[in-house]
Order: sequence, then C-alpha cells, then structure tokens
Amino acid sequence: MIKSFKKNIKGILIEGLTLSSALIIIAIVVVMFTVIVIGGKDQITWEFLTSFPEDGMTKGGIFPAIYGTALLVILMSIAAVPFGTITAIYLTEYAKENSIIAKTIRFAVRTLAVIPSIIYGLFGLGFFIKFVGTQMDNAFLGGQLKWGQPNILWASLTMSLLTLPVVIVSVEEALKTVPKDLRAASLALGATKWQTIWKVVIPGSISGIMTGTILAVSRGAGEVAPILFTGVAYYLATLPASLSDQFMVLGYHIYVMTTQSANVDKTMPIQFGTTLVLLMLTFILNFSAIILRYRIRKKKTD
Amino acid sequence: MTFEKIHTENMVLHYGSKMALNNISINIPEKKVTAFIGPSGCGKSTFLRSLNRMNDLIDGVKIEGNILIDGINIYDKNIDVVTLRKKVGMVFQKSNPFAKSIYENVAYGPRINGVKDKNQLDEIVETALKNAAIWEEVKDRLGDSAMGLSGGQQQRLCIARTLAVNPEIVLMDEPASALDPLSTSKIEELIVQLKEKYTIVIVTHNMQQAARISDLTAFFYLGELIEFDKTKKIFTNPDKKQTEDYITGRFG
Repeated sequence: MIKSFKKNIKGILIEGLTLSSALIIIAIVVVMFTVIVIGGKDQITWEFLTSFPEDGMTKGGIFPAIYGTALLVILMSIAAVPFGTITAIYLTEYAKENSIIAKTIRFAVRTLAVIPSIIYGLFGLGFFIKFVGTQMDNAFLGGQLKWGQPNILWASLTMSLLTLPVVIVSVEEALKTVPKDLRAASLALGATKWQTIWKVVIPGSISGIMTGTILAVSRGAGEVAPILFTGVAYYLATLPASLSDQFMVLGYHIYVMTTQSANVDKTMPIQFGTTLVLLMLTFILNFSAIILRYRIRKKKTD
Repeated sequence: MTFEKIHTENMVLHYGSKMALNNISINIPEKKVTAFIGPSGCGKSTFLRSLNRMNDLIDGVKIEGNILIDGINIYDKNIDVVTLRKKVGMVFQKSNPFAKSIYENVAYGPRINGVKDKNQLDEIVETALKNAAIWEEVKDRLGDSAMGLSGGQQQRLCIARTLAVNPEIVLMDEPASALDPLSTSKIEELIVQLKEKYTIVIVTHNMQQAARISDLTAFFYLGELIEFDKTKKIFTNPDKKQTEDYITGRFG
C-alpha cells in the first residue's frame, strides 16, 4: 500500500488550511489584548477609577461610568433574573413538553435572542418612555415631564429584555440537571409540587441559576445599543440619585471619547483605560461563570 | 369477602392507547409483606405506582376501576394526593437521596409537614434512622452529605426518609436490585422487621427474595394478575400453570 503522492499533498494542504485559520483566531485575540493592555495599563490608577472626568472630559477619571454600569446591571438583574427564572420554572416544571404553549414560549425566547440590540433600544424608547413613562406623567404628575424621558429605570428594563433569553435558557438547563428521581422522591414524601420546586429543584440548581445570572450581567455590561435612546448620558456632573436620573456607562463612554471628544488624540489614554476596565469587567464575569459551570459539572460526575 | 388494607376491584390502566393493566382485583392485608413478581413489562411496577398515585406524574395514564385504601377510593376526585402519599410512602429502585446532609434528608418529610421544633425533629430523625437499621452507621456524621454514603446505606437512608413521614403503607419498587449481596441481605432483614409496624408491598425481580421475605406473593403476567396467594403456596404448589412455569424458570 503506497500512499499516492497527490493524495498526500492534498491532505497536508487541507490540514494546513484549517490550522492556519485556527491560528488566525489566536492571533486576533493576542493582538487585541496586547494593544489594549499596553495602551491602558498605565492609565489604571486608583485615581482614574474613582474620580470624575475633568477639563471637558480630556482628563480625570471614569468613576461615573463605572458606577453607572454597576447600577445598570444590578437593576437589570433585579428585573431579569426573577422574571427569567420564573419563566424557566414554568417551562421545565409545569408546561407539558410538547404543548402549544411551551412551544410558543420557546419560539418567543429564541426570537428575543436574535433581535438586534438596537431594536431593543427603539422598543424601550417607544414602549417604556413614550408610552409607559408619558402615561405615568399624565396620571400622577399632571403632565409634568419626569418619567416620559430617558432614565436609568427604563434603560435597565430595556436591557433586562435583552438579557432575558440568556437567563431563561441557562436557568432551564440548570433545572433540567436535577434528576427526575429527586422530584419523585420529594412528591412521594407528600410534598406539594411547589415545595418540591422550592426545596429540591431550586437548591439543586442554584449554581446553574447563578451562572445564568452572571452571563446575563456580562452581556448587559458590554451592550450599548439598548440604552442609547433609553437613558445613557454623554456626560453628567453628578451620579444618578434616583430611578428617573440619567447615567453614564463604560461602553458608551468609550464611544463618546473616541468619536465625540473635542480632542481625540489627547483623550487616547482615557480611551484605552476605559476599554481595559470594560474588558476586565466582562472577563471577570465570564470567568466566574465558567468556574461555576465547571464546579456544577464536577459535582454531577462525582 | 372483607376489604383488606389495600383493595382493588377490576382496576384497568391505560397508557395512551395501550392497556398496561387489565382487570386487577387484589386484596392486600395489613402488616404483612406482599411481593409482586413477574417478568419485565408485566405491569407490576405500574400497579405499585398506582397505589400512591405516582402514575399521575406520567402523561397519558388513565385508570378505571376502584383502588381502595382503608375502604376509601384513592382516585376519587376529592382525594388530596399529598395526604395520600404521606400515608402511602414509596422507596424507589435507585436510591435517590437529596444532595443534602443525612439529617436533612430524613427531616425533609417532617419539615414539609410543618414540624419546626428542633428537639422533635431530632427525635423523628433518630427513630427513623433506627427503624431503617442505619442509625449505628451514621449517628456520628448526621451533618455529612448523604452522597458520601455507599449504595446500600443510601437506600436504607431513603427508607428512613420514607418512615420519617410516618406512613402506614410502604411501597418498594425493586429496592435492592442495584445493590451488592451484603447490602441486599441487610435490606431484606429490614423489610421483615418493618412489617411489625407497616404494610409492605414490594416489587422484585428476584424470586428467591420474594420467597425469603414475603408473606404473600402476586404473580403478574402481561398486565394481568395471574395468581395471588400465600408465598409458600405460590412457590410450592401454585394453582396456575403459568405461575409454575415462571417460578421454575421455564420463561421470564
């Protein structure tokens, strides 16, 4: 059996082609990180992280953007996590597997997941601000403008819609890892369905639920489009103090600094610094999600 | 004919369009061990699961006829399934402890029944573990995870967990089939002890096991109850030829 020379060459070429595209991926990641880390590392000081922008945002820190991002993801999670978890509980514990309602919900969730994020922004503007907000102003404030304009509440709710599919799908996965046997054991002991869910299913999948939450938060922390029309501000001299205030966000701050600044070259270090902070933030979040998920898998195989 | 603890009359069970149990009439007495034997797929487990309505969890199961426990039809629409299952406990084929401590596993049932007093819970847990013949092995590590126990210990823990709810009837679905011989003999000894206080119904694939531990034996075949009598009679002098063929290993 002598190998045909032609076949051999072809094999090597195909392997080389696949390998080189894989290597390009590594190169992209390395270049991206190197550029951002080198450009931003000297910028990251306690001062930079804790102070306000100064001199028309050409100097100073990014504290309001960090604060705004944190507040945004916290409010978003408060809305999305319970709502998503409850939906996932309905899908796994109550809905019949192939019922029309379950299929419709799953279809809706998948659809939500593929809608471009800018459309969420438009929806938030139209629904939360123009409809809900304006109605609230008319009903409670005699038409005085308070809720009918962009603020952190509407931005967080818009963002929670975007992250909802992530929460639902990962919580569903987590709930499914709890064996049917355990549900049966609980029911056979005279527990009600809800007691079984509350005392056996949820505690058994809590780390999966946490993973879903973290993934949702990290998705939310990096998104800009949904909050563009619904609450993010170019610059604010004060931190948001109420739900009806606007706020600054890291992702949008990068955009502002790189395109809207009076002196783009002068603000270059701030741009790098902000980018590095945002990158580290999403990185830490994703990494903790991976660790949690790993620990669940390990626990399952033990 | 007097109604015993568990009494069924012309009970028919459909699984979708398929008939899984046909015309089952049986009278299971109190505080005895009753074994259900028969080849795989004969309906013995399905019948067992009907006795505490665990079949309710499966889509497409339809039951006709009467199943009476203490003279009450458990499929009556006024019956509270939760209360029924407290009275008719169940031990499963595969041990299924919760991923909680040994103590919390046993305390689960009493807790959901509203027992909050720590001393009372301690007492229930200790009694249940003693009754399930596992107390000596776990008394010094009640706070440890139940997942660290051996398969046989886990199964006895599951029995303790069932006993902690204070049932009158304990259904066991092949409780020893996944265990080694030593653990199996421990479970068998336990079952014989338990009949002093509880009515035991056990499904088993193991005919020697049925012969060793049960007072009465029911032989199921193709969804029908072929013969039900004293274990001794079933194993030495059955009335039906099918029973004899199965017992002697000619099929199944």
